Amino acid sequence: MLRLKDIHYSVDGTEILKGVNMVVRDGEIHSIIGVNGTGKTTIAAIIMGLGGYQPQRGKVLFENRDITNLSVTERARLGITLAWQIPANFEGISVREYLSLGYGTPPDELLRLVGLDPRVYLNRSVDENLSGGERKRIELASVLSINPKLVILDEPDSGIDMASIDVIKRVVKRLKREGSSVLLITHNEKMSKIADSVSLLCNGIIVKEGDIGEVTSFFGRVCKKCDHVGDVDEGVLK
Amino acid sequence: MKYSEEFKEIVEAYKKTGLDERELFDPQTGALVIDGNQVLGKNETRGLHIDERTTKEGVNVVVRVDKGANIKRPVHLCFGVLKNRGRQVINSEFFIGEGARVSFIAHCSFPNAERVEHIMDSLVHVARGGVMKYIETHYHSEQGGTKVYPRLRGEIGEGAQLFEEFKLTTGRVGLLNIDYELKQLEKSVCEIIAKVYGRGRDRIDIRDSLHLNGAYAKGTAKTRVVLTDRAEGNVLGEIEGNAPYTRGHIDCQEVVQGDKTRASSTPIISVKNPLATVTHEAAIGRINRREIETLMARGLSEEEAINAIVRGLLR
Repeated sequence: MLRLKDIHYSVDGTEILKGVNMVVRDGEIHSIIGVNGTGKTTIAAIIMGLGGYQPQRGKVLFENRDITNLSVTERARLGITLAWQIPANFEGISVREYLSLGYGTPPDELLRLVGLDPRVYLNRSVDENLSGGERKRIELASVLSINPKLVILDEPDSGIDMASIDVIKRVVKRLKREGSSVLLITHNEKMSKIADSVSLLCNGIIVKEGDIGEVTSFFGRVCKKCDHVGDVDEGVLK
Repeated sequence: MKYSEEFKEIVEAYKKTGLDERELFDPQTGALVIDGNQVLGKNETRGLHIDERTTKEGVNVVVRVDKGANIKRPVHLCFGVLKNRGRQVINSEFFIGEGARVSFIAHCSFPNAERVEHIMDSLVHVARGGVMKYIETHYHSEQGGTKVYPRLRGEIGEGAQLFEEFKLTTGRVGLLNIDYELKQLEKSVCEIIAKVYGRGRDRIDIRDSLHLNGAYAKGTAKTRVVLTDRAEGNVLGEIEGNAPYTRGHIDCQEVVQGDKTRASSTPIISVKNPLATVTHEAAIGRINRREIETLMARGLSEEEAINAIVRGLLR
């Protein structure tokens, strides 16, 4: 479904991504795991085509089509969407309106799917008066509203309560059941365990990928305790 | 209320400001309808008294709400000028009695304005424990020939509340000069909000000033201004915390679209008591890219996303 081919991305001469190759298959939950600052969110931004994130080299292929130069809207209309780590607020836009941007699933049904009572939330504004957990659940509901083929979830588990984490896991599994692919970006190996496959990112390079147990175990054992700066020592990876 | 043909005509214009005409024709609903300097209709209800006197260029209005009265239905005030040229001066005084509760919805309509001036000079007294809500919605022509000068002075009594919202988001602003200044007594609450959409060569000047003179008084001045084309917006928010435990907040956001707009925001906050807290937040700039791209990631075009965000901001 999604293939990143040799993605290079630099900002002001600093190389953030150094030739990333990655595949997300149809109906698969694929996790990108890595410590802070390794380039995980940059990958999300490049796949979604956000402003300022045009790779200097490489291609983004979606369903075998080169989408590297498409706008965010065009990618969304192909079925790709993104839930940000810190979702934006929209003063004056109600939850009902926000969830009606999609293609027909009623907003109240979407809210129930993420464990929120429509009677309480439909008429509230999507603004800073919502808690972090509430806002993330509404973001997930918004993602569901467009019946996506590929959902990118950037750190969906950061800064929220345990109940919301359970809801997020449930929704991710539901997306998979309904045939969507999910790219799950996280630095929490427990969260990444719901994935089918995983890529470990370090300093802009995918250093390990494949079996979920092996890679997350390596991440917990080595990466979380590692304080290296710059390229990875090949010896550590063995 | 008597219904002249002129009255019906102006009701049509007021419907564009969100007026539900059924409410206006309901004898249980308080209302005052003025075109230029002609009073076209008036309705008083129990506890609500409206005295009006026609002047050469407008009307002097005194609105009184009895002590303890609870006016359940919003009172509709319809001001405006139907002709393309004219000047309307409304001098109004509002006396909200002790413990009374009332909401006003002011519909200000200038649908054909090419050269129209509207001066609204108001004096408000909300007595102890009273609650007054005043929502003013404008509907202007597309010519940009309207000049509007809303001026408000008043005092909010002990434990009283005043909520005032001014909205001008339909049609061209022309020139708008809001000047509000309110004194607040102990434990009073005041929230003033202005939402304006400026286009063409519109000019918007807003001055909100709150004096928190009584202990525990709370005041908020909030402005949302969106500017496009060559429009200019200048916002001055001023709050003084003059008594202990007073809390004031200025919240100003101006969104500029295009490089020919001009925007400024000047917060002036001061405290004359060490136990008072006054804060401000102001932002001028384009719409946050993250907000636009979030909506684009749900399939909206960039233009649709911007329109949705602006609509929300000005709602």
